Amino acid sequence: MTKQIIVPFGPQHPVLPEPIHLDLVLEDERVVDVIPSIGYIHRGFEKLVEKREFTEYVYVAERTCGICSFIHGMTYCVGVEQIMNIEVPERADYLRTIWSEYSRLHSHLLWLGLFADSFGFENLFMNAWRIRERILDVFEQTTGGRVIQGTCKIGGVRRDIANEKLAEMSSNLDSIRKEIEDLTNVFLHDDTVRHRTRNVGVLSREDAYHLGAVGPTGRGSGVAIDLRKTGYAAYGKLNFSMVTDSCGDAYSRCLVRCKELFSSIDLIQQAIRKIPDGPIEVKVTGAPNGEFFCRAEQPRGELVHYIKGNGTKFLVRSRIRTPTLSNIPSLIKMLQGCELADVPVIVLSIDPCISCTER
Amino acid sequence: MTYLAKSPWIIHYDASSCNGCDIEVLAALTPVYDVERFGIVNTGNPKHADVFLVTGSVNEQNREILKNTYDQMADPKVVVAIGICAASGGIFRECYNVMGGIDKVIPVDVFVPGCAARPEAIIDGVVKALGILEAKRQAMNDRPAATRKPAGDSV
Repeated sequence: MTKQIIVPFGPQHPVLPEPIHLDLVLEDERVVDVIPSIGYIHRGFEKLVEKREFTEYVYVAERTCGICSFIHGMTYCVGVEQIMNIEVPERADYLRTIWSEYSRLHSHLLWLGLFADSFGFENLFMNAWRIRERILDVFEQTTGGRVIQGTCKIGGVRRDIANEKLAEMSSNLDSIRKEIEDLTNVFLHDDTVRHRTRNVGVLSREDAYHLGAVGPTGRGSGVAIDLRKTGYAAYGKLNFSMVTDSCGDAYSRCLVRCKELFSSIDLIQQAIRKIPDGPIEVKVTGAPNGEFFCRAEQPRGELVHYIKGNGTKFLVRSRIRTPTLSNIPSLIKMLQGCELADVPVIVLSIDPCISCTER
Repeated sequence: MTYLAKSPWIIHYDASSCNGCDIEVLAALTPVYDVERFGIVNTGNPKHADVFLVTGSVNEQNREILKNTYDQMADPKVVVAIGICAASGGIFRECYNVMGGIDKVIPVDVFVPGCAARPEAIIDGVVKALGILEAKRQAMNDRPAATRKPAGDSV
């Protein structure tokens, strides 16, 4: 039997901006097993619900993750609204959808950049982040924040977007779409990129399903689950088709995200066409009494916020399950049997967000 | 101007940030802000780095890693704490697993405020840190060679 050695990966690693630790068990250059350990950035803010009023906790929920912050805040708000039977105005639902999809654009572009970085394509990394800045500009103009927005609140949203601004955003997206087309062409058709991503980190459909893969990781293996299809916020009133692929390798997961960029742009433009005039918030009185599981589609997959209140200003329990946590078992399956040099590509192909995972 | 001031290399570690400040650090390195035009390079190796950017607060599990990364950096070196979490714990300061600002583990030269800290603020903080780095280098060169400590031993 070949001698086994253990190579540590992380927590401080050049390819990942966040700390996750993997012990890679190697036989020569081949990874035979992976032992993950997490907990480097656990903060424990689920317990903060006992110290923050339920209306203030939106800010904490938003800071679960700096990349999909808006969606975290929104999911928490939707959960509390469901417990309290609050009907959110239609315009607020549309605005939430628009900001959610901008979050997805910014997250996927960020990921494409980091993914390019993982196989050493620096120029592509810079280009993806250049386009991403245009998305962040929209966030800054409409909410005031670049990565943490703070616009979602229980009962609606805090800021309105003027109709002229919405029209400008819509036409702006046309030019962003052209830039994204050029960018994704390189990811999907460039020989060097395909060489690094094709047949790397293959996850079969059965494995993806049984290991609980969610989001683009699952959809890249043919598991057709997209919670936007459940029609929360304004998604029920918009047309879009779910993006799936059947190969289950790193290229498929990249392909799914590339196509989702275009579906997000379509969704935003549809929402801007259909958005009704009206109020953006309703007055909230009382406190939540009851419990609710609220699910939403984050850029990385299914996000679950469990909220339980007892009729006081302070919630009893909050539980957040984020997509990366569900994807770690799939990641281990993908890594088993791969070459050491492919480890960064495979780890990044699930789009790990450790801040979400460890809460 | 020395080679350090002309091309300082940075290393970044996420102690327990929400990711907001981390991606703003990276945003400062990419087009639009593009600090690479000033010679600032992001490296993954602490032995190559002059400026240590830390986001987020410390906890029991990562304090050793933070200390270890800092100790591996060669003198002179400066630490920039980015975001309110790295300064005091910020919105998470009352959480059971947050010890507080990173100055409890390593000495900090510059604090950059904000939640999340904007790239402009991060660049400002790093520029300020470069002045401190130069002063540290001067002080180190002025010392007689025999009293110089080997890299990694300093506080």
